[in-house]
Parts: sequence; C-alpha cells; structure tokens
Amino acid sequence: MPETGWAGPGGRLSGLGVSQGRAAGPLVRMAGPPSLPAPRPVADPEAEAATAVKALEAVTADLNRRAAAARTGASAGAGGGGGAGAGGEAAEILEALAMIADDPMLREEAETRARGGADAAHALEAAFDGHRDALAALGGYLAERAADLDDLKHRAVAAALGLPMPGLPDPGHPYVLVAGDLSPADTAGLGPDVLALITERGGPTSHTAILARARGLPAVVACPAVADVPDGTIVGVDGASGEIALGLTPEQAAEVMERDRAERARLAAATGPGRTADGHPVRLLANIGSAADLRPGAEGVGLFRTEFLFLDRKQPPSPEEQTAAYAEVFERAEGPVIVRTLDAGTDKPLPFLGLPEEPNPALGVRGLRVDRLLPGVLDAQLAAIAEAARATGADVRVMAPMVTTPAEAAGFARRARAAGIAQVGVMVEVPAAALRAAELLREVDFLSIGTNDLAQYTFAADRQHPALADLLDPRQPALLGLIEACAAAGREAGKPVGVCGEAAGDPAVAPLLVGLGVTSLSMAPSCVPLVREALAGLTLEECRELAREALA
Amino acid sequence: MAQRTVAVASASGLHARPAKLFVQEAARLGVPVTVRLGDKAVPARSMLGVLSLGAVQGTEVTLEADGPGAEEALDALAALLSRDLDADAEPGGNSGAKSGAEEALDA
Repeated sequence: MPETGWAGPGGRLSGLGVSQGRAAGPLVRMAGPPSLPAPRPVADPEAEAATAVKALEAVTADLNRRAAAARTGASAGAGGGGGAGAGGEAAEILEALAMIADDPMLREEAETRARGGADAAHALEAAFDGHRDALAALGGYLAERAADLDDLKHRAVAAALGLPMPGLPDPGHPYVLVAGDLSPADTAGLGPDVLALITERGGPTSHTAILARARGLPAVVACPAVADVPDGTIVGVDGASGEIALGLTPEQAAEVMERDRAERARLAAATGPGRTADGHPVRLLANIGSAADLRPGAEGVGLFRTEFLFLDRKQPPSPEEQTAAYAEVFERAEGPVIVRTLDAGTDKPLPFLGLPEEPNPALGVRGLRVDRLLPGVLDAQLAAIAEAARATGADVRVMAPMVTTPAEAAGFARRARAAGIAQVGVMVEVPAAALRAAELLREVDFLSIGTNDLAQYTFAADRQHPALADLLDPRQPALLGLIEACAAAGREAGKPVGVCGEAAGDPAVAPLLVGLGVTSLSMAPSCVPLVREALAGLTLEECRELAREALA
Repeated sequence: MAQRTVAVASASGLHARPAKLFVQEAARLGVPVTVRLGDKAVPARSMLGVLSLGAVQGTEVTLEADGPGAEEALDALAALLSRDLDADAEPGGNSGAKSGAEEALDA
C-alpha cells in the first residue's frame, strides 16, 4: 500500500507504525505538567498576588470556554435537546471545575501566600495542596475529587509561569497529536479532532498503540525525533510503515485524508467470515472494553475486557450493575462472546481491591492471582456473567487472565461451571502455561494467547519499555515457538486455540499465526477488515510456509 | 443575623450537580451567606468550602447572612437545598420559578 517517497518538503522521520492508516494535519503537542522552579525571592508581593489571581482567571476562562464548546456540540448533535448526552455531561464537569478554579477561598489563600513572600507559582501550589489534602482526608467521593485539584493546580501553575496548559490540547481544528507518551487517562479524553497520534516513547503494546487501533487512528510510537518538530508543522502520518512526512502543504494534507477515506471505504466493503484464499476458516473476533466498542464485521467477541466496570472505584460494582453491563454487550454482540474475568495489577491498579504495593507488580498478584487474596471478587463476577448470559440467551464463555498452572486452570473451570457457564477457557500469557498447553486443555475448553504479556514474560522485557521494543516484536522465533506449541496441543485435543493479543490485528503477522495453527484471531474492531484482506490473499500452505520461515 | 436550618434533600447530598447549582445561585444572589455544619462554617460562594462539608442527603445545615437582602437570599438558598436537585435536572420539570443557575444549565 505505501508508495515510495512518503516524505514532505521538510523531510521524513521514522518511528514504529502501530496502527494502520494514513492521516495528515498540523502538529499540536501535548504539554506535560509544569515542573515548578525553585522558589525565587520576591521584590513585589502585590505583583505576585496579581499574577496568581490572573492565572486562576485564565484557568477558569479556559474551562468555561471548553464547557461552552462541549455544550454547543452536544445540543447540535442532539437536535438542540439541552444538556443531554456525553457533551452535556462533559460540559457539566468542566463547569464544576471552572467553579473550583474560581473559588474565592482558593483565590484568597493564594493571594495571602503571595503577600507573605511566595512567588505566584508557589503561592498557587500551596493553596491548591491545602485543599487537596483536606478533600483527600474526607475520603470517599471527595477523595476522588483530589485528583481534579491536582489537574487544576498544574493548569494554574503553568499559567503563572507563562507555560502552555498541560493536558490534551484543544486548538479548535483537526490536528495530529504529539506527546512524550499517553496515559490511559489522556487517551480516554481524546476528542474527534485528533487525526493521528505520534509519541516519542512507547512500544507496539503501549496504551497509545492499543487505543489508536481501537479508535482506528493512524499512530506512530517510539519516534524521539518528533520532539524537535515545531508546533503547527503539517505532517503526514503512515501508521503502517511508521513514517512521518514533514512540511506538507494544506492541499497535500487534504489529499492524504481523502485517499485514506477511500481506502477505508474499500476495506469496509469486504465482509464475511475470515478465511484463507483456499477457504480455510479462521474466525475473526473483536477485542472490546464495553458495548460502545462493538462494530459490525467481526464474527464474535474474542476478548471482552471487564476492567472498565471497576476502574476509579472505591467500592466494587453491585451485582445488578455488573449484570446490566454484561447483558448490554451480550445483547448487542453478533456471535459468541468470550468474557475475560477481571485483569487487575501492574499497569492497571484498581483502588477498590486495596492490594498492597509491590516492588515488582508484573511478577506479583495480578489477573487470576488476585483471587488468592480476595476470592469474593471472582465468584461475584462469574455469578453476574452467568446471570446476564441467562437473561439474554447469548452464547457466553469465560476465560481467566494470568493462568500459570493446570491446577489454577482446573480451579477456575470448576468455579465457572458451578456458576453455570459451560464453556471455559484460560489465557496463555505466561511461558509456564504455554509449556503445559496440553495439560491446560485437559481442564478447559479453549486457550486464548495474549501475545503482549507472553512476549513480556518470555523475553523478560517490560511491555512499556521504549528501549526493548525489538524484543517485543511478535515475530520473535521464541514467541512463535510457544504459540505453535499451544496450537499443536489444541489440534491434538480438538479444541480451539486463538490469539487475542495485539499481534492478531497486525495484517503482516496474522497469516503467520494462522500458519502456526491458530484457529481464531481477536483484535481491535478497526483491524478486522485489513486482517480479513491479508488472509484472503494467501493459501493455508502459504501461511504455513511463512510460519516455517519465521521459526527458522 | 438571619438564619435558616434546612435538611439537604438531593439524593447525592451537597456534592456534584446540587453543589454546583447551590454555589452558582449563591454567587448570583451576591449576598455573603455562610453555610454552617457543626463547628465548620464556609462561604456559600465557595465550591471547595461547600464540598468540604461532606453533607449527604438528610444532613441539616444552617445558612446565615446579615444586612440588606439577607432574608431573601436565605429563602432562595434554603428553597434550593430542600429540593432534590438530582431529580429535577430536567428543564421545566419542577413547578415554581427557576433559579438563574438552572436557566443557565437549560441553555
């Protein structure tokens, strides 16, 4: 697909392409939280107080402007129906934040501290921190608002120092977002104006990559040189090759966008079950985090992540709330749904679990291992899944994350079946599990290989580590060997073995996985058309040949 | 010193949307009003102060004000607190005059 010469008049940069597609537009950088310089001696305390007040006014005005924009967008979308919908909700939240930035107590404290000799930035920091600590001490809902105060503080301090406001930019036009890296919180707030993502750090399984694929946004990660490209430069992003063209004209950018639209339309026109050129079926399934992620085109859901229900919670969701959320997915999904039970730990701590901090969280209590400390959470979840399955009549299966031994698989299967779920599987993310695939399949009905974590644990390489991206390449022979062993065990047992890691959605890797004997591929819904096309272009024997070459 | 003691009627307490409506109304009225709960007293115009009271549904708070307009301001704010502001979020969903804050939210 990519023609040669993907470069602009300003030259070309290279990174790691992690989400297919092309886009072009002006580059806008996300500013990080400002670093507070050392306190400086103050000559004119009144001027510092005025600066602090002006900073708070600037933050208030910025939030009110964004609230108004969100509200306008919401009522335009809802036919003028008032503050309904996501835009209205966002506007309410932004307005409440603006009221906090405009709080008279906060302002007076900042002024008092400035008059007492602090510079504006430190006066603001002290004023915010006092309230943050007071809210945190109250616990519950108010403690959760403490993070809002930190965000407001960063904005006010940046304004006082004359730095850009931290957080996602909102330039008011479509743009290519550039950041050092993106946190899960940043990525959740991405608006429709974002055309493509470029990050300086990150690897193929970073949050940025996963989110970009889920949204169908072209993305390039691990591109440190982008730090030197000035804001406003029009860049073209090729999320397949990882190349970034610098200094395009607006006309060239429009042409890139138009071609990408045409390409997506062509791919979307192809439908039907996944199969190789000679008709060997490979089920194409979707990875989703909630009902909102469902798109037509996949043959079922191969990975329903359930963490969204538990994030940012001090208390676990009630059985009714869990059942309703699962039922919504079961009702709307086409084909079977594989639910993964709660996968907490490492990069996704859940406050309500109250797990102690660990020196080495990737090797600690995570996934199914949480059950060792808090057995009630899993049983409550299995009961809610079973209830939602009964209520909707859907074909529902469950699988557990981070299973390591056949004994763990047997215990999980027993409890899932006791809850009333017939089809039970486990994820293969730990080399120990892959090496005992045949034994696991004596206990369960299917395996689903999580290639991201399996690579991390096989190569002893942190998934998020920017310097180790080559070790996490899904084409590494040692990783492919473990996948092949699992597939062979599945063939022997007559049970399905799928891949639900990011590798399954890469059209360059998917045929290889099929050649290794994998029976289904589960991926971000936006990846399904490209993988369908890649498989349709090769016979099963050609896929096997690719696998043999890769293993050699 | 004029006073009104009133129980918070909103389901979510004096947090979130009800707190926002209350503080907006207090700011619009322009009369300095203090909200007292136990030995803690905060300005009604301060979102952080009102939140920090931690008042839940049914908590009794005392509103205090002095000077011209005090009685009217206390009546308006007491009336706001004694309605379930989570329930009548719908525009026009309640009888009686709308506060300025609610009209702003209806826009």
